[in-house]
Amino acid sequence: MVIRHNVTRSTELLEPVVYSLSDHGKNKVNPPRPFEAIELGDVDRPLVNHDLPDLPDISEVEVVRHYTRLSRLNYAIDLGMYPLGSCTMKYNPKISEKVAAKIGNIHPGDTEAMQTILGLLSNLEAHLEEICGMDACTLWPAAGAHGELTGMMIIKKAMVERGEDRREVLIPDTAHGTNPASCTIAGFKAVKVPSGDKGYLEASTLRKLINEDVAALMITNPNTLGIFEQDIAEISELLHENGSYLYMDGANMNALMGIARPGEMGVDCMHLNLHKTFASPHGGGGPGSGPVLVKDELAPYLPMPWIVKDEEERFRLLTNAPQSIGMIHSGLGNLSVLMKTLSYISSLGGKGIREAAEVSVLIANYMKKCLKDSYYLPYDTPTLHEFVLTDKYQKERGVTTMDIAKALMDFGFHPPTVYFPLVVTGAMMIEPTETEPLDEIERFIDAMKQIDELSRKDPGAFSSIPRATPVSRVDEVWAARRLVLTWDMVESIMGEPPSK
Amino acid sequence: MKFPEDLKYTKDHEWGRPDGNRLIAGITDYAQDELGDIVYIELNDKGSSIKQGEVFGTVESVKAVSELYAPASGTIVEINEALLEAPEIINKDPYGDGWMIVIEMEDRAELNNLMDSQEYRTYVEKEAK
Repeated sequence: MVIRHNVTRSTELLEPVVYSLSDHGKNKVNPPRPFEAIELGDVDRPLVNHDLPDLPDISEVEVVRHYTRLSRLNYAIDLGMYPLGSCTMKYNPKISEKVAAKIGNIHPGDTEAMQTILGLLSNLEAHLEEICGMDACTLWPAAGAHGELTGMMIIKKAMVERGEDRREVLIPDTAHGTNPASCTIAGFKAVKVPSGDKGYLEASTLRKLINEDVAALMITNPNTLGIFEQDIAEISELLHENGSYLYMDGANMNALMGIARPGEMGVDCMHLNLHKTFASPHGGGGPGSGPVLVKDELAPYLPMPWIVKDEEERFRLLTNAPQSIGMIHSGLGNLSVLMKTLSYISSLGGKGIREAAEVSVLIANYMKKCLKDSYYLPYDTPTLHEFVLTDKYQKERGVTTMDIAKALMDFGFHPPTVYFPLVVTGAMMIEPTETEPLDEIERFIDAMKQIDELSRKDPGAFSSIPRATPVSRVDEVWAARRLVLTWDMVESIMGEPPSK
Repeated sequence: MKFPEDLKYTKDHEWGRPDGNRLIAGITDYAQDELGDIVYIELNDKGSSIKQGEVFGTVESVKAVSELYAPASGTIVEINEALLEAPEIINKDPYGDGWMIVIEMEDRAELNNLMDSQEYRTYVEKEAK
C-alpha cells in the first residue's frame, strides 16, 4: 500500500503509523547512545544488544504533524460535551496540570523534597477521609477496578484473620460492570442480586438472599441508573448483623461529595475514582487513580507502604505492617493524578465540592425533564447526577440506541454510555457533569430532539450516519469477529468482504 | 419472536429440548435478539459435568458479554463446535443450528423447575422494560 504518498491536510484519511513514514537519513539529529557509557560488569556478553533501538528515521516536522493530525481524529472534553454515563467526563482544570507538572521535576531520591510530597499525600488522605466519612485510606491503586480488587483483597484478608471462609459476594444488577471480576480475582464467588422495579436494591430482597457464606455486598451508590440506594442504612444493618461487610463502588461519588458520606451509611470499605470525581484527564487522556478507604476495623490490612510520621515529626513510608495485604503498586501510585486531585479539592474547598455535586444533579435532572417526552424513561424514581433513557419509542420506527449514539456524533457530541446497565433494554446512560455551560446543555437537548424527529421522518437515513466524523459508520460486528491489532494486519484484510 | 411449544425455558433465557435422557440446549430467540450480533462464544469442555443453573459458557455480542446457565444437571456429552468458528449461526437459527450443548441428564425431574412456552412468553413480556 502506498498510503505514505497520500498527502492531505484534512482529517478524513487514515493516518499511517509513524514507522511507515520512516526513511534512511530523514532524521538529521543523531540519537544519543547513553547505554555505551554503562560499565557492564558481570553481564553475560552474548546477551548484550549493540544495536540501536528501532526508532523511526523521521524529521521533527513530520513527527509533529503526524501526532497533530492524529489528535484531530480524536474527540476530547476540550472539544465538547462528553456525556458518558458513570464515567464523569468533567472538564479538567488546567491549573491542576500545572501543579502536577511541577511535582514531576522532583527526584524520588531527594529525601528533603520527598518530605513535601509525602506531606501533600498525607493531606490528600485526610481530605478524602473527610469527604467519605471513612477512617483510613490508601492512595496507591492505579484505577477504579484496581481499587475494587484492593478492597476485595482487604475483605478477604479480614475473613482469614477472623478464621472464616466465607465465599460469596453479592452484587446488585445495577452495579458497575467491573465488580464481579474484581471479587472473582480476589477469590470470591460473585452472586447477582436483582434490583427491584423501583431501580434500587430493596432491603427485603437482601434479607431473602443473605446467608452465612456472604462475605460482603458490593454496591454502587448512586447506581448505574443514577438512583440513590435509599435502603442503604437497612442494608448495612442487615449485613453487619450477619458479620458481612458493605463495600461501596464510589465511581459515582460526584453526586454525593459534600452532601452525603458513605461512612455514615455504614460502608466499611470503598474506592474512589479520582480521575472521574476529582477531574483528572481519563479515557485515553491519562492514567487513573482509585484510592481505597476503610473503617478502623479494616485499616490494619491496607496495602503498603503506609505514610506515617516518626518521633521527629518527619514523614516516612512504613513497609513492615504485619497484617497488610502487601504491595499493590510500585512507587507512590499514580502520583500525578493524586497531585491533580489535591489541587482540585484545594481550589474548590468544602463549599465548592458540595456545589459541584449539586450542580451535576441539577443539570442531569433538567436534561431528563426536557428529554423524557421524546425518549422512554424506564424508571421514574428520582435520579441524581445521571439518568437512563431507552430507544423504546424509536425502535418501533426501526431506529436503535446505536443509531442514536452515532447520530449524536454528527452534532459534535461524544455519545452517552450505551446498552448499559444490562437491566434496561437499549439503555442510554447520560451524565452531563456540572462543568457544562448551559448553552452546551441546550444544544445537546436540541440535538436529541432533532434525532427523535429524524427517526419519525426518515428512519432510513440512520444507516449512513455519522457523516461529519473522520470515519463514517463502521461495521462493529465485523470488527469484533475479525480482530485487527497491528498496522500490518490492516493491509492483510483490505479487500475482504464485510460481514453482511 | 418465536417460543416453540416443545421446549423448556430458564429465567436466564436458555432453552432445553428433551430427547430421552438427553437435553439439547441453547439460547432463546429473545436472548439472541437482545444481545444483537454475537461475535464470540466459549463453551465448557465435552465430558465435563454441570449442575442446573451453573455456567456452561459465555457469549459475547457487540453490546454485552453474557454467561450461559445450564437448564439441567448432568454431563455435557456434545458441544456445537460449528458455533466456535461461526457464532452468527446463533442469531440466524437459535432453536436449530444454533444449539450449543447436549446434556446427559442426571435427573429428568429437574425439568419441572423450568418454564413452558406459555409461561416463558409471559415472563419475557413482563421483563421487557
